[in-house]
Amino acid sequence: MIKLNNVTKKYLTQVALDDVSISLPQGKIIGIVGENGSGKSTTLKLMAGLIQPSKGAITINGENVTRRISTQVAYLSELDAYYPFYTVQETIDFFASQFEDFDRDRAKEILEFMRLEPNKKVKELSKGNRGRLKILLVLSREVPIILMDEPLSGLDPMVRDSIIKGLLSFVDIEKQTVIITTHEIREIEPLLDVVIALKKGKIMEITEVEEIRSIQKLSLVEWMKKVYEN
Amino acid sequence: MTEEFNPSTPIYLQLVERINRQIIRNELKAGDKLPSVRDMAIQAGVNPNTIQRTYSELERMAIVETKRGQGTFVTEDMKKLANLREELKQEHIESFLRDMKEMGFTLEEMMEGIQMVLEVGKGGENNDQA
Repeated sequence: MIKLNNVTKKYLTQVALDDVSISLPQGKIIGIVGENGSGKSTTLKLMAGLIQPSKGAITINGENVTRRISTQVAYLSELDAYYPFYTVQETIDFFASQFEDFDRDRAKEILEFMRLEPNKKVKELSKGNRGRLKILLVLSREVPIILMDEPLSGLDPMVRDSIIKGLLSFVDIEKQTVIITTHEIREIEPLLDVVIALKKGKIMEITEVEEIRSIQKLSLVEWMKKVYEN
Repeated sequence: MTEEFNPSTPIYLQLVERINRQIIRNELKAGDKLPSVRDMAIQAGVNPNTIQRTYSELERMAIVETKRGQGTFVTEDMKKLANLREELKQEHIESFLRDMKEMGFTLEEMMEGIQMVLEVGKGGENNDQA
């Protein structure tokens, strides 16, 4: 269980997250939506322990989040954070050496599933294959929480589809919680259990996606329009 | 590519309907095993929890049975399956009637219309199969 208790995050004078309290259930796929600057990426970075809150506390299963929490969390960054001169295999080896929970067998399975060539250098990979490699790196870790910042952003439809299929194939939903920030609502929505709508650093709504469809009879996009108009 | 869903109807209900139709069309037969939750999730491009809910709903309707450690199977109770067929028939006829009435068609016009379409379609017998 991830909990944010009255969390505020300021960058200099700018408030990125404004007194947010939530507790997120385990074993769910959770989407965070909102415009640029609404606090989506900040929320994920706080959960990953990459940045510290200005006020308030974040806990995972009762433990305070610090940089050391990385044994509980796999974080997929929005940026290409690894070394361009490494081959795909060397990148996997590097990650395996960094994280005790890295499962090499699973990495190999995902490598085959994603049809990545192990001997290609990262800098020679297409953008799509770099996206696939990033997914491989987070899904190969046996951690309770997987954080993905814009995993589909800027990728073509075939790549997005393979990433979604990869996610469904390799996430262990009984043990893992996945939190995804995204602009690609239509593609992600069949995957989500819960959606959180952020606006200007505040939570507008948090709800079960199937409830939106069954009770409000709205699609996620229609619901978002309604939420953000108010 | 993943399958398309109507975005404003619960996905688990759309999947229930899809599986029911497969059963009625005999693509899924009494006693057949449904895909595992994970395989179905990957196939449909849908959250595994949603598939779980789909299977629970089908179980509640007594159309499938979950055998511990073995998976989920279409019921072998032929009466249940015959009921399902009948229910779906009623449901679609009622929805057709509702739509037609809403547009102001009388029952006579409907019957006449159906008769006419059937006459026209007689040349190419099985043109109702998509």
